[in-house]
This record gives sequence, structure tokens and C-alpha cells, in this order.
Amino acid sequence: MAVLSAQDLTLKYDQRCVVDGLTAEIPEGKVTMIVGANACGKSTLLRGLSRLLKPASGTVTLDGKDIHARPARELARTLGLLPQHPTAPDGIAVRDLVGRGRYPHQGFFRSWSTEDDAAVQRALEATETLELAERNVDELSGGQRQRVWIAMALAQETDVLLLDEPTTYLDLAHQVEVLDLVTDLNRKRGTTVAIVLHDLNLAARYADHVIAMKGGEIVALGDPITVVTEKLVRDVFGLESRVIPDPVSGTPLIIPIGRHHTAATELELVS
Amino acid sequence: MTTLESPAEMALDSNRTRKHWRELPSRVLTRTAVLALGVVVMFAIYVLLGSYTVTIPDFFKILIGLLTGGERIPGASFIVMENKLPRAVIGVMIGAAFGLSGGLFQTMLRNPLASPDVIGISYGASAAAVTAIVIFGATGPAVSAAALGGALGIAALIYAISRGPSLGSGGGNRGNAAGNRLILAGVGIAAALHAVVNFMMTRADIRTAADALVWLNGSLNSANWDRAGMLSLALLVLVPAVIALAGPLRILELGDDAAAGLGIRVGFTRLAVVVTAVALAAVATAAAGPVSFVAFLAGPIARRFTRKASLPASALVGALIVLTADYVAANLAPLLLDGTVLPVGVITGALGAPFLLWLLVTANRKDA
Repeated sequence: MAVLSAQDLTLKYDQRCVVDGLTAEIPEGKVTMIVGANACGKSTLLRGLSRLLKPASGTVTLDGKDIHARPARELARTLGLLPQHPTAPDGIAVRDLVGRGRYPHQGFFRSWSTEDDAAVQRALEATETLELAERNVDELSGGQRQRVWIAMALAQETDVLLLDEPTTYLDLAHQVEVLDLVTDLNRKRGTTVAIVLHDLNLAARYADHVIAMKGGEIVALGDPITVVTEKLVRDVFGLESRVIPDPVSGTPLIIPIGRHHTAATELELVS
Repeated sequence: MTTLESPAEMALDSNRTRKHWRELPSRVLTRTAVLALGVVVMFAIYVLLGSYTVTIPDFFKILIGLLTGGERIPGASFIVMENKLPRAVIGVMIGAAFGLSGGLFQTMLRNPLASPDVIGISYGASAAAVTAIVIFGATGPAVSAAALGGALGIAALIYAISRGPSLGSGGGNRGNAAGNRLILAGVGIAAALHAVVNFMMTRADIRTAADALVWLNGSLNSANWDRAGMLSLALLVLVPAVIALAGPLRILELGDDAAAGLGIRVGFTRLAVVVTAVALAAVATAAAGPVSFVAFLAGPIARRFTRKASLPASALVGALIVLTADYVAANLAPLLLDGTVLPVGVITGALGAPFLLWLLVTANRKDA
């Protein structure tokens, strides 16, 4: 069990304030999606939650304890992070890369153990990258590579996992694949997951809990069915849209309108 | 290396796959062992052969004679104990120190250009040493002390400049940007220090200038046991530091954010790596002058040979380069140049540059 929350959190880059006095909680055992327009502070919030950015004021706590007051390595056994642009060292094999996720579990004098082997094996199986295990990461496709990075984060075996735009640069099929994988992880292991995601439709479909942000503040949060509305899309993205039930999942499906089209309901009104 | 079986087949036999993986690091191990053997062989050639040849039984007789205070071989005892052996020992130590220093910089900054000779640290040592020689008439240990001080001082300055206001905070790629700033600041400062060195050389009288020039080229001529002792004391502190940093450095390779997510204190680790790498380059430079290209080349050659970035391999390659180059400088160059013995840095520079170009050309063909 692990509850990650932010109290009155203010985050700044140099002097520029990006998140100002924000209070939020990542609900335990659920998949939370953080959505919002570009530069709304959602990635910054994730950085703040994951200890990458020291708060200018306020605190981030994990199970009630300030994350900045805990030893980095101990924290990394509970709180995992997959950043937007990790770098694979030249010529590294998939299994070796995934194995580096075990770093926080190794002591100064305790080297590789059978438990580490088993964790890597489980991560490779869960992400269906076992057949890639001996390949070089450089040789993989974008989708395969992203699965390998997720495998590394899984090998860390944390109770909370934060992912910063894990579907960027992936085609639709691979996006769905990655989100399915994260959902599996949540359902099977009870991992608390928080994801910053651009695609509002996929966020609405895969989220148990949505946090919508604008200008560094939370505009709405809760169940996607109640949160994701035409009004929210207008408020957060400045976009007119229709929101209909997703024919597959019943979750909100956003249909953007744009300048060159008219919404069907209005057409019906005209005719 | 990758076997061409069907994925399903490999997945089925996961035990064997795991075994295969276990064999992977052992290739690095065997290659590293080959390098270590190479250093031992080169060390033996260096001490036993050359302008004065000693047989292996004689060598042990000399060694035992010295340790037990027994019989000495006239001439040979002196040449081996006071010249060849300390020179070889110092050669191995500075080579290893330069190799480790370059390897640390290159791994941390993810940039093959990052090495103490490129980013200006060696120039800091040179400027301070030449100033000491020309202005203060310093010799021996005083020059080494000046070089050490110069290297550390300039490194601190470069680090301060490259740090700027926002290192360690900010977006995912700023870590790399900080690395590039470090390299650029170093290149800029190196140019300024180069001017200082040239200015000093034009002010010096011809004999002092000749002394300074030998030092600037990097030379093992002044090798003696005192110097070897001081160098080994420094390495006794620095090598364990490298070993302690090797694990976190492997994680830092994944990028600053990913490393922080895995529980690395990025800012602290980065600073510790810089301090260790600078100190290694500084003590090696203090002992023998800026032997060019060793720190720069050891890492890429080691990586080419073991197919993996490896700090022990970098150290061994560094030692091998210095021993071989000094052997060539002291024994083969005189045959071609009517008896002129060259400083070791001339050989590493002359062989290093074409080798670097060869690495570039073949790397482009294969990897890019």
C-alpha cells in the first residue's frame, strides 16, 4: 500500500512558477491520468511527485512521509518513474537494460541475486519482450523500445509507478498496447499508476481517476465519466467538441469540431 | 553474437536464454583479461629489452639482491632499479589514471569528446607548470605541485562556468546540455591557457624553454621511486573512489531523470565523478606532464575491443598505450632519428591522431 499526495505544492523552474499551491492525491491501487493542454504543468507535476524537482514550497508525501526526507534509493524501491526521454547506452542488450531497474534493490556490497534474475524475467514476460532479451536496444522499433523501458520500470517492482507520456511517438496500435500493459499491471499487482497522457480519449478510456490541469492548477478531478465533459474540453483545451459514450467501452469519447465542420446536432436543427 | 533462431524457440527454452546472458559479461571479462595480459607482457618487454637488455634470471637476481641486500650486478642493478623499473611502474600508473579519467568523463557526459585533454584540464596543468618553470625556476616536485594545482583550479573554474544557474533542475535533456556546456567552457579556457603557455615560452631563455617543452610533451624521463610512491598513494585513494562510483555511473547513463527515478542522487553523483576524474588526470599530469591523447583514446579503444564501455578496460588500454609509446620513444625512435630519444607524448600524439581518425571512419560505417 502506498499513497502519493501533494500538499500546497509550488514548483518552479529557476524563477518561473509552473505549479502554484496545488493539492492532489494519487488514489491508491488505481490508474490516474493527468491531462491538460501543452505547458499546463502536468509533466512538471509528475516531476514534482517523483522527486525530480524540489518543491519551492509545500510537500509531496508517500505514505505520509516527505519524499525528500527519505534516502533516494529506499524511495526508489516504492516509487518508480519512467521519464519521457530515457537514453539507452550504446550497444546495451535488452536484458541488461531491464536489469538496471534492479539498482535500488542492490546494496553497496550486494550484487546481482537470483531474486533480481526472477524480477527481470517477470518484467520481460509481462511486457512480452522475452524474445527480444538478447537483442541490442538500438536495433528495436519504437514500440518495442518503449515496451523495454516499461519492462525496466516493472523490474523495479514498486508499489507506485509514474509514467510521463509513455505513448509519445507510438502509432495507435502501440499506444493501446502500452496502456493495456499498464492496466494489466494495475489489475494483477495492484500497482498504483499515474500517467501524464496527451490523448484525452485514451485517457478517458483507461483511467480510473482523471486529473485535468490548466495553468498549473487542477480544474477538475474524479471519475472520467463525470469529469470529461464538453465543458471541460472547452475550459481546458479551448476546443469545441461533442462528447459521446465510447461505443466500445462506454467511457467519454471526445469528437472535436474545429472551424471547418459543424456539429451534427446543429445540422439536424437546421434541417 | 545474436543467434538466429525463431523467437518462439528462444522463449521456450528460457533457461538456455538465461545461460546465454550469463555468458555475455564473460566476453567482457575474457577481453579484459587479454588486455591485462597485454600490459604484463609489455611491462616485461619494457623492463627487459631495449637499449639495455636484461635476461629474466638476471632480473630476478637483481630484484632478490635488492630485497635481501645480497649480491648486485654492476650496472644492470642500477639501470633496472633506478631507471627502467620506476619508469615502467609510473608509465602503468599514469596510463591507467588517464584511461580511467577519460572513461569517466566520456561515460558521464555521453560524449566521446569529453576527456581531460580536450576540456582544458591538461592545459591548466601545463600553464601552471610552465609558469613555475619559467618565472620561478622551479624543478622536479615543485613543477608537479604547480601542475596539480593548475589542473584542479582550472577544473573548478570550468565546472563553475558550465554549471550556470540551472544545472540539475529542469527538463529531461538539460543534463546533456550541462555536459555540452562543460565541454565548451573547457575548450574556451584551453584556448586562453594555450596563449598563456605560448607567452611564457617566448619570454623564456632557450634552455629553460627546452626544459618546459619536454614537460609540455609529457615525459617519463624524471621517473623515480619517490614519484612512483606519491602517485601510488594518490591512486590508492582514487581507484576505490572509481570502483564506488562505477555502479551509480551505469545508472546515470540512462539519463538524469531515469537515474533519479532509480534512486541516484544525480547532482551529487555527477560532482563526485567530475572530482574523481579531474583528480586522476591531475595527478597523472603532475607526475609526467600532459601525455596527449591517452585519456582521449583509451575509452574508445577499450570499448571497441570489449564491445562495451568498461572502466577497467579503459585503465588497461591507457597503461598499454603509455608503455608501448614510451618503449617506442626510447628504443625505436633513436634508431630512426640518429639517437634522439623522444618524450612519450610525441609518440602518443603522432600515433593517436591517425588512430582517432581511423576510429571515426570505421565507427561511421558500422554504428551510425
